[in-house]
Amino acid sequence: MKQDNHGKNHKYGMVIDLDKCTGCGSCMVACMSENNVPFKEDETRKKDSITWMRVYKLTNGKPFPETEICYMPRPCMHCGGKGDHGHSPCVSVCPAVATDYDHSTGIVSQIYTRCFGCRYCMGACPYHVRYFNWWDPKWPEGMENYLSPDVSPRMRGVVEKCSFCFHRYQQAKDRAYVEEREEIEEQEYQTACTQACPAGAITFGDLNNPDHAVHQMVKPDPHACGKPRNPKAFRLLERLETNPKVYYISERDWVRKAGDNYLEGEWEKVKNNHDKGHE
Amino acid sequence: MDSALIPEGAKRCPFPVFAAGIAIVGVVVLWGVYAMGLCWLKGLNQTNMNDYYGFALWIWADLAVIAIGGGAFFTGLLRYVFGIDELKNIINLTVVIGFICYSSALLILAIDIGQPLRGWFIFWHANVHSMLTEVAFCLSLYFSVLTIEFIPLILENRQVDKVPFFHNLGHNMHGVMAIFAATGAFLSCFHQGSLGGVAGVMYARPFAYREGLLVWPWTFFLFTWSAAAYGPCFTLTVLKMFEGITKKKLVKDNVVHLLAKISGWMIFTYIIAKIIDTIYWATVTAPSQGFKLMDFYSDNAFYGIWILILEIVICGIVPAIILTKKSFRENSRLLLIAVVLGTLGVCLNRWVMVLQIMAVPVMSFDTWALYFPSWQEIATTVLPVAYGIILIALAYRYLPVFPQEKELNAD
Ligand code: SF4
Ligand code: SF4
Repeated sequence: MKQDNHGKNHKYGMVIDLDKCTGCGSCMVACMSENNVPFKEDETRKKDSITWMRVYKLTNGKPFPETEICYMPRPCMHCGGKGDHGHSPCVSVCPAVATDYDHSTGIVSQIYTRCFGCRYCMGACPYHVRYFNWWDPKWPEGMENYLSPDVSPRMRGVVEKCSFCFHRYQQAKDRAYVEEREEIEEQEYQTACTQACPAGAITFGDLNNPDHAVHQMVKPDPHACGKPRNPKAFRLLERLETNPKVYYISERDWVRKAGDNYLEGEWEKVKNNHDKGHE
Repeated sequence: MDSALIPEGAKRCPFPVFAAGIAIVGVVVLWGVYAMGLCWLKGLNQTNMNDYYGFALWIWADLAVIAIGGGAFFTGLLRYVFGIDELKNIINLTVVIGFICYSSALLILAIDIGQPLRGWFIFWHANVHSMLTEVAFCLSLYFSVLTIEFIPLILENRQVDKVPFFHNLGHNMHGVMAIFAATGAFLSCFHQGSLGGVAGVMYARPFAYREGLLVWPWTFFLFTWSAAAYGPCFTLTVLKMFEGITKKKLVKDNVVHLLAKISGWMIFTYIIAKIIDTIYWATVTAPSQGFKLMDFYSDNAFYGIWILILEIVICGIVPAIILTKKSFRENSRLLLIAVVLGTLGVCLNRWVMVLQIMAVPVMSFDTWALYFPSWQEIATTVLPVAYGIILIALAYRYLPVFPQEKELNAD
């Protein structure tokens, strides 16, 4: 396995504080413009509108005045897959290796010129983060001037998804190389959504690096004796063993519960364990 | 008008009647070709598929035709490898059906992919871990085998057979057919299985996921088994349709009953395996992922538990009982019911493994994604059916598809 940075494996990931997110959608807009996501002919066809970052609206289902809302931003989870060896649900099924797991960064890549649009990866991803280009990309007159030269626009008939703004990683690495540095700093590689979030709900960095904020946010709480991680942190559909690199944090039980499917009585056990960890 | 081409001693309808029938079906073909052109020129936006439903009607049609075309490899295996000689009287029909089904499957795949001109990437940049790669390789190779199996039949046309070269070629090809039939059976076992694997390996989709034996999920074996079990049902359904339309007996009862009996026992064993699989999945696999059986069959307007009952009981246990019991399968009406139910059952299984998988919500805050195909999808799905009707009609008219026809209709 080829590794950069002298054999150190990074594991870039994201921590999203759901108690801070206001659902403003800045992350979606920033992501779209950063990554040259095209305009749609008919925006009413929601199920084929491309939004690499999508904000879901969750509710606790209780009537007013107990109603609570939570906004959940959802990028690609960059799943590590079973055993964290790159058997991400999507990567292992792609027949043409058009999507791949980069062991040096933990990022799941997407090669548009390799993809032939069989959409098996979309079927395998349970998070619906993959988007097919049903239409030719379009930019209204003048808007093509805003295209980022660092990201290739995608043609009709291929699948695309969030790349954790991988081009920014490459730029940061190039800069470090020119300056004869071995490592890039935490702030040198940040995703567009992280930077755009006005509430500071999104944090991005190397989960493997103890100095990075993301590592500290999900690492074991000193009060949570023996717990593998911050008890307020969870990942979406964790029990499916997709091993996502996006963590969510919330103080609210019902929000954490919404992160996975639990059979009757299961959630109470999980919650009790969390609570015990806090005592 | 075309009597010189019709097999000797066989009676066929007058040419104008035949031509009129072909023309009617031809209109349907043209409709499908037009829709196919739209999909190729304008893209898959012509369909009603979406980012939640990236696999839909076509993939179901693809899996279904491959399953019902399974009669070709299984009958070939029985005839050439296990040496069941009586089946030589129905093998030509299975080859024609297999050829139609597999060429249709390849056509559907060519329409279904977003970048058809890059279809060859699946071979060139092959990911050996992907079930789809295995499907593509085996499917193409098996289609080549079916073509080789079909050629001798074409060479037996009365006029073609008069050319010494073709006569000898056909004769020699017959001689080595056992090798091709065995190769075809091997390839077919793998791609039928891989098609099952396509769904079974999706470990993040609890409705599809099946635990495995070595590198294969259970669905790998269930798909191969079901294609071998139900494929002959489709062969017999087509035979009965032919006999109904032509008002002739085309294959002797002993051949039909033998194939029906083998199919019946295959369905019987398959349905036991399917029931065990369903129980294990419902009680172990799904709960380990946070789901109860009824989560997959409720809270939506279409996918109810009736699907499971229809697939396993009505289209599984019922045909298994009819076909395994001598007195039942020898009753022509019951036999027809059984083979039609069997054909529907395997198509329903493929439907569930393609469409229901996409519809089931996986994230706890997601909802069911229901979908209705666009006319372009329907037209392109009907296209292979119409093409199949034309091809099989031509084969029946001009080729000796049924070796016992003359003897059975000598009046
Ligand atoms: S979220 Fe989906 S697309 Fe992203 S790595 Fe996981 S399975 Fe693949
Ligand atoms: S759509 Fe593209 S990326 Fe997805 S599985 Fe097919 S070839 Fe691979």
